[in-house]
Amino acid sequence: MEAAAIDAGVISSSRPSIWIQAPELARRSIMRTVRQPAAIIPATVFPLILLAINSVGLKSATSLPGFPTTSYLTFALSFAFIQAGVFAVIGTGQNLAEDNQGGFFNRLQLTPVHPAALVAGQLAGTLTLGLFQAATYISVGLIAGAHIEAGFGGAVVLIALAIAISLAFGSVGLAVGMRSGTPESVQSLFPLIFVFLFMSSMSLPRNLIQTDWFREVATYNPVSYMIEGLRSLLITGWDGEALALGFGCALGVLVIGLTVASLSLKERMVRT
Amino acid sequence: MPDNGNGVQSDANGIEVNGLVREYKGGVRAVDGIDLEVRPGEIYGFLGPNGAGKSTTVHMLTTLLPPTAGTARVAGFDVVKQGANVRDAIGAALQEAALDPNLTARDHMRLQGALHGMSKADRTRRGDELIERVGLADAAERKVGGYSGGMKRRLDLALALLHEPRVLFLDEPTTGLDIQSRTALWDEVAHLSRDEGMTVFLTTQYLEEADQLADHLGIIDHGKLVAEGTPQALKAEVGRPTVAAIPHEASDRERLAGVLGRFGELVPGTPSGAAARLSDGPQELADIVRAFDAEGIRIANIELHAASLNDVFLAKTGRSLEGAGTGGHPEPGTGEHELALEGSPA
Repeated sequence: MEAAAIDAGVISSSRPSIWIQAPELARRSIMRTVRQPAAIIPATVFPLILLAINSVGLKSATSLPGFPTTSYLTFALSFAFIQAGVFAVIGTGQNLAEDNQGGFFNRLQLTPVHPAALVAGQLAGTLTLGLFQAATYISVGLIAGAHIEAGFGGAVVLIALAIAISLAFGSVGLAVGMRSGTPESVQSLFPLIFVFLFMSSMSLPRNLIQTDWFREVATYNPVSYMIEGLRSLLITGWDGEALALGFGCALGVLVIGLTVASLSLKERMVRT
Repeated sequence: MPDNGNGVQSDANGIEVNGLVREYKGGVRAVDGIDLEVRPGEIYGFLGPNGAGKSTTVHMLTTLLPPTAGTARVAGFDVVKQGANVRDAIGAALQEAALDPNLTARDHMRLQGALHGMSKADRTRRGDELIERVGLADAAERKVGGYSGGMKRRLDLALALLHEPRVLFLDEPTTGLDIQSRTALWDEVAHLSRDEGMTVFLTTQYLEEADQLADHLGIIDHGKLVAEGTPQALKAEVGRPTVAAIPHEASDRERLAGVLGRFGELVPGTPSGAAARLSDGPQELADIVRAFDAEGIRIANIELHAASLNDVFLAKTGRSLEGAGTGGHPEPGTGEHELALEGSPA
């Protein structure tokens, strides 16, 4: 048997190129996303409904001294992108947990798959959905009377930042899905994440928040900076600092999310 | 040592397991020191009830689970030290079909091929070939979510074969399938082994499946291998076949028992007939029928009961195999092992 093992060694066990694996895993993730309208529609429409309610119900907030714009719709539009991020957490996490529960990971484990290709592939669907949502929110916002102060170039950067935020939240979903392993646990995060989002500068600029502890929490909440980055393009125009903070926070969350997801993936993908 | 055409000598296609153990937290031993050898090109049936340790063994042999102790070589490679080589050489269809319901059969082939590093042209060619072979050509562009259980299993098998493995692991491949799907899968597995020389390690809890397909059989219970051999040898080991007959005329019962007694030891049978454990074997059945004819005894019913794998399991473990006779899998002894003639004139 020993001799046979040596003979059998002519079979190559080298890992195939990540550039062959990642596009197909990405394709799978995108197909999975676009073939589930039941997942796309609520994730896109729900933030629009909240946007409509807030724009009407909180309109009077624009009369507060120091409020940065006269259009609450323009102010609130940025939050729609962040809410899309919440759906990215849930959607990405659930997809991953389903793969784990349904045995799909075992199938992958039996192939020479690159963990990086797996993570990148999983986020491709999140990216596609994020792009679709960003384009929808900008279109609906503009039709409803919102304004993009930074112009067409600003709209492009707005989409880029929205996608970065979706990927950041998606990576959190990946990490949670990987650690929890069940779609139910991922879903149970939904209210928690929503509370986290509300404790930011979502409804009011930070300087107008009167309650000290709330303002403090909002100041430390990276979501505030993501919102403010988006909002700067809509209300202020080109604000380098706000954009740097927005992209920086999204990138930071993305790095943390990917690190935790990768470590959990490494644990999950243990083979001999 | 013959070459299989891949530059790998065919002796390297077997499986060799020595003292394999898998212990879980709390000291529970799912697999408790099993030894077995699967020869290249044979179908090895790994039979046992739910929770016996079949899937844990498969997970260790396919490198998904490290053994707690013992060694195993698959296709010539050590499952612990040469995991990547083992994975290159094997294909596996595990207990859950693990397919994405949103993808089509072709999408699955494309993805699986890419993960194995196959070129786009190869993936398409081989994928289409396998889809055709497992009879899914008409459904190739349909989402897998709408497939029946049998179609999913067939696709799973095709995916396991995509990179042309030398050893195939099938973990309970027919559980929950209807008779047509089951038969189709058996035919395909038999073809892989007999015509293509692929080594197949098949776990099952169905006696009929093990009996029909396996060249060699290992029976596992509570993590231990309790019996091993060819199905025929195992059955021969536990007992000789029995013939039970019922005369057309009740008054012939004594004479019928007398005839049967010439062919073997009489054993308890139905009140209206008699039964004997044959001294030589099932080939005596024709002689028995001729003897009844010679004695002028007309027969209402005659049955030959071969020893079944369930008898083997019973003899080795003291209990009947769970799942036997359920899920459309008839219990041997009432299935292909039994020859029954009713109202046959003697």
